[in-house]
Amino acid sequence: MLGFIGDLMVAFVRFLAGKACFRGTDFLQLIQGCGLQALPIVTVIGLLIGVILAFVGAVQLKLFGAQVYVADLVAIATVREMGPLMTAIIMAGQSGAAFAATIGTMTVNEEVDALETSGFSPMEFLVLPRVLALTLMLPLLALYTDFMAIAGGAIVGVGAFDISFMQYVEQTRNAVPPLFFGLGLIKATIYGALVALAGCYYGMRSGRSASAVGYATTSAVVMGVILIIIATAITTVIYDMLGV
Amino acid sequence: MLTSSQGDGQVASMNDDSVHIAVRDLEMAYGTYLIQRDLTFDIKRGEIFVVMGGSGCGKSTLMRHLIGLKEPAGGAVYINGTNFWESSESERDEIMRNTGVLFQGGALWSSMTLAENVGMVLEQYTTLSPQEIKDIISLKLSLVGLAGFADFYPSEISGGMRKRAGLARAMSLDPDILFFDEPSAGLDPISSRRLDELILELQDSFGTTIVIVTHELASIFAVADDSVFLDPDTKTMIASGNPKTILKESTDPRVLAFLRRGEL
Repeated sequence: MLGFIGDLMVAFVRFLAGKACFRGTDFLQLIQGCGLQALPIVTVIGLLIGVILAFVGAVQLKLFGAQVYVADLVAIATVREMGPLMTAIIMAGQSGAAFAATIGTMTVNEEVDALETSGFSPMEFLVLPRVLALTLMLPLLALYTDFMAIAGGAIVGVGAFDISFMQYVEQTRNAVPPLFFGLGLIKATIYGALVALAGCYYGMRSGRSASAVGYATTSAVVMGVILIIIATAITTVIYDMLGV
Repeated sequence: MLTSSQGDGQVASMNDDSVHIAVRDLEMAYGTYLIQRDLTFDIKRGEIFVVMGGSGCGKSTLMRHLIGLKEPAGGAVYINGTNFWESSESERDEIMRNTGVLFQGGALWSSMTLAENVGMVLEQYTTLSPQEIKDIISLKLSLVGLAGFADFYPSEISGGMRKRAGLARAMSLDPDILFFDEPSAGLDPISSRRLDELILELQDSFGTTIVIVTHELASIFAVADDSVFLDPDTKTMIASGNPKTILKESTDPRVLAFLRRGEL
């Protein structure tokens, strides 16, 4: 894995120097696959996270007559942690698995060998655009999830707990300063890189059979989720140490 | 100066300019599992060389060593006198640029059209104008009988056509050496014969050195100038030379059992 990360770093440096070779059309297709195509499921999951958090929180807060703070609860929880986390887990299942399956199938079909014998680096041609695409798109999706979750919380708060819409919006605005969005986006960027890394790593390591591609895909998702959880723990501790 | 064992196919000195690829004491292994050892032979410039043997003897693995996809466990592969695995990155790039490979299934890049498959290396390695590249793509696709299929994706054409498109891609930079991995596999007898004819045309027209990994006896006898026979039991080469000569002169029952099936 360390060797793989090292090779990726070399490819990234070559990219920054304008020497990396991959197709722009492939990159745009990856952006579309990681972004637009994930919107429906991210919308559903985002809304439901908001609904669940609002229900669980509001029932308890109502005991103290403080149900208006459900807006704070939903906003802070989603923007800082749940939005990026849930989006990353969805993308591990969608894009991480797709990366492993695609690259694994290319290995089976000798397409990766053909790249090498044609003088193209698979690391630059296959891995780098995928890592860049998901690292760019996951923060945007996480931001979208945040707003969906806030909307889900608002539906519950306004619909079931007698909070006015304007009151909910005002409470949310006061609860989450721009810094919180920034902290969430930093996490989402890290998750994006990790999910893409896991998907590409297992795809490149795939054996040359259908079952090997299946194994690579499953491993990519499992490793992606594990890395996300580890990264969540580390970033949360770091944020706490920094007092943010 | 390197010299090595003499067989039916004579092994020349490394200084011999007629030698295009020289394999010396090559040992191939996956981890600790030995595939083949003591492989020493020369492939002459402009000849059609066949690597033959039964299934599982290590033919395709040998090709992976010759095209730089797998590092030998021992020994060396010299291309134009340069030890591939001890060469610099720029030397390796130069060798790779002068080498074309047709993989068993064509190995076309599935996200690209046939034209893009053929044109990608041209865009990367030449300074040709887009129109010139387009012309070369048309020429190469016509050469393999795929004119009019430039905008098709690999998934939209048959296996035989994919193989021919793979050949067009392998030839795109007019390489000095062309490698074929099981070119007849999965093809009907007529398509297989057409491919053999195309291989002979390439040799005649361009003087390309052609290395073929196959166990198809009809193809072996139709095209081979020289060959090496790999044996899975002894894990080494047990015959080399022109296959027709081997058939006449060899007394090894394993070699004869393999080659005589082709006469029936």
